[in-house]
Amino acid sequence: MSETAEHTGHHIDVKEFHPRAQAAIHNPKIRKNFRSAMDGLMSKRKAAFEGWDLETLRELGANVRLRALANLPDLLEQLEKKLTENGIKVHWAVDGDEACRIVRDICKARDAKTVIKGKSMVSEEMELNHYLKAEGIEALESDLGEYIVQLADETPSHIIMPAIHKNTGEISELMHEKTGTDLSNDVEYLTASARQQLREKFMNADVGVSGVNFAVAETGTLCLVENEGNGRMTTTVPKCHIAVTGIEKVVPSMEDVSALLALLTRSATGQHITTYFNMISGPRKAEELDGPEEVHLVLVDNGRSSIYQDDELLDTLRCIRCGACMNHCPVYTRVGGHAYGTTYPGPIGKILMPHLIGLDEGRHLPSASSLCGACGEVCPVKIPIPDLLVRLRQESVDGDNLHPAKVRGHGAKRSSKEALIWKGWAWMHASPGIYRFGTSAATKFRALQPSKAGAWTDYRTAPKLAAKTLHQRMKERGQ
Amino acid sequence: MSSRETILQRLRNRTGGELTVPECDFSVLARPDWPTNERIERFEKLIESVHGEVHHVSEDSWVDRLAEVLNTRGARNLLVPKQHEIGQTLRAADRDDLPELLIYDEPIESWQAHLFNEVDASITSTRGGIAETGSLILWPNDDEPRLMSLVPPVHIAVLKASELYTTFHEAMQAQNWAAGMPTNALLISGPSKTADIEQTLAYGVHGPKELIVLIIE
Repeated sequence: MSETAEHTGHHIDVKEFHPRAQAAIHNPKIRKNFRSAMDGLMSKRKAAFEGWDLETLRELGANVRLRALANLPDLLEQLEKKLTENGIKVHWAVDGDEACRIVRDICKARDAKTVIKGKSMVSEEMELNHYLKAEGIEALESDLGEYIVQLADETPSHIIMPAIHKNTGEISELMHEKTGTDLSNDVEYLTASARQQLREKFMNADVGVSGVNFAVAETGTLCLVENEGNGRMTTTVPKCHIAVTGIEKVVPSMEDVSALLALLTRSATGQHITTYFNMISGPRKAEELDGPEEVHLVLVDNGRSSIYQDDELLDTLRCIRCGACMNHCPVYTRVGGHAYGTTYPGPIGKILMPHLIGLDEGRHLPSASSLCGACGEVCPVKIPIPDLLVRLRQESVDGDNLHPAKVRGHGAKRSSKEALIWKGWAWMHASPGIYRFGTSAATKFRALQPSKAGAWTDYRTAPKLAAKTLHQRMKERGQ
Repeated sequence: MSSRETILQRLRNRTGGELTVPECDFSVLARPDWPTNERIERFEKLIESVHGEVHHVSEDSWVDRLAEVLNTRGARNLLVPKQHEIGQTLRAADRDDLPELLIYDEPIESWQAHLFNEVDASITSTRGGIAETGSLILWPNDDEPRLMSLVPPVHIAVLKASELYTTFHEAMQAQNWAAGMPTNALLISGPSKTADIEQTLAYGVHGPKELIVLIIE
């Protein structure tokens, strides 16, 4: 698809947000695909929480995440100790490149040529598939949505439903062209074809790579949430399993998991639970007959420890990647995930990405919001997304002395013309004589007021000055 | 300095200082303590809503029902546990209305292609179920390996009604999961499914197309 082809591959140009958003808005197919999907997801979420004390449950979700973050370094050490005892090898990576190298080295040590992958947003962050390809290792996505996106040489447009931007017809054409299946609008047929194509790959892959939804410190357990069974295949059939996760995904105990799981699937797709909840606590034991011989966990920082330094920004790390904020975002629903040009789109992307790539590159992201507040209201762990958007907007323009800048590219969006106008505005309002002169002159010559005011009037009518100032009218009323 | 130390040191020397640890009250997860019949009813409703199939059986009747279920599907064979009483009972029954019984008693490497291509159905035990979400708890082991419940197109699970819990939270507390977990534990709530193509549900995408639960009451 031409409108998305430009931001596949290694480099994603976030700065092109505006033209891409324009293109998406004027693309009826994109709008229809997203609109119908998101409408459905909103009502399903609502139904799934019926009969629950949702506010108290969200409160618990937020507290569980906060408690984990408050003890993050200790929990990571406990997790490492427990996993090691269980026979899982733990690796640490300060950034995506290091994480990619770790995965490559494990593959090379096993002389692995093929990798089968379960869905993992961290691996998207790392651009792992590109990296492995350059190293001569084939990485194939096994989640149906990711598989489709990979066939199209695109990136996911939603963190839960990667191929949501495509309709059945487009997927049918793509599969026909790339894999030789018959053209068909029968979803059962298309799904069965993908099953057939991937079964071979599961059996022959040397290494399986997966993400992690929750890593449990107490028991040394990696939890994976999925519906398809591809995650179980990926983590069971190949002789080596490598899990990758952000360092923030650790929680103290299985009890914490029970609270987060109750929120995650209902918020994401309106399911009470997914088909599979897979808990991995070790490689195959001597007496066991299947499962991987080796299990690795790569703990990826990639900017997270920097977010961790600031009390407010820290809230971003609570995210459990349910996607509810994007499902409910009026902007996301209209432009779709690719317009953002970032790994994580939608409201969470608008606060997370500026941390990861800096405000100089991501300066448009915090402004791509109507600040309607829907994202904050549905967030299962109560991340104050609108507040953080406002703060990042402020930081992107002038920095704020109250908050020492924590995000790279502070002030990147600052315009000297705009700053000068506001300076003049402040000066005028602080000097009564000038203010009176200015307002009376403005009302007198209101006929000369231009009807266009830059981008503001592209979609709005310019406000007209009143014939009399408020001061004049109050004076006439004798007050 | 290693990456590990770099990361831990950055987290420990946080510029924002110590973080407050909030209290976590898990009571909101509790559901009313439904009686067994209501748990069964809810479990059944939930798992059927995601395409699972439930059969109510007794200790004496489950083999008959299993034979029917397999016959209607034309299953040529059934993978059974070697040690577990489910497998023992089936092999001892020596019935001619059951398909060929297979045992998973050698490492996967030696018969992977056969498992993937030739096995029609499997039957496993469970460590209980969860009424609220319609989930089965499975802890695979050397007698019932991980792929038994994943690769064959039909998975049959035996659930004792007396082991049906109300919530996941209750189940993990009652079974004391905090004390230690097996190499792999699972909650299974229906057959494999996807809605990745235009939100249209399709079953059996990578795992079983059918999940059949025999509830022994």
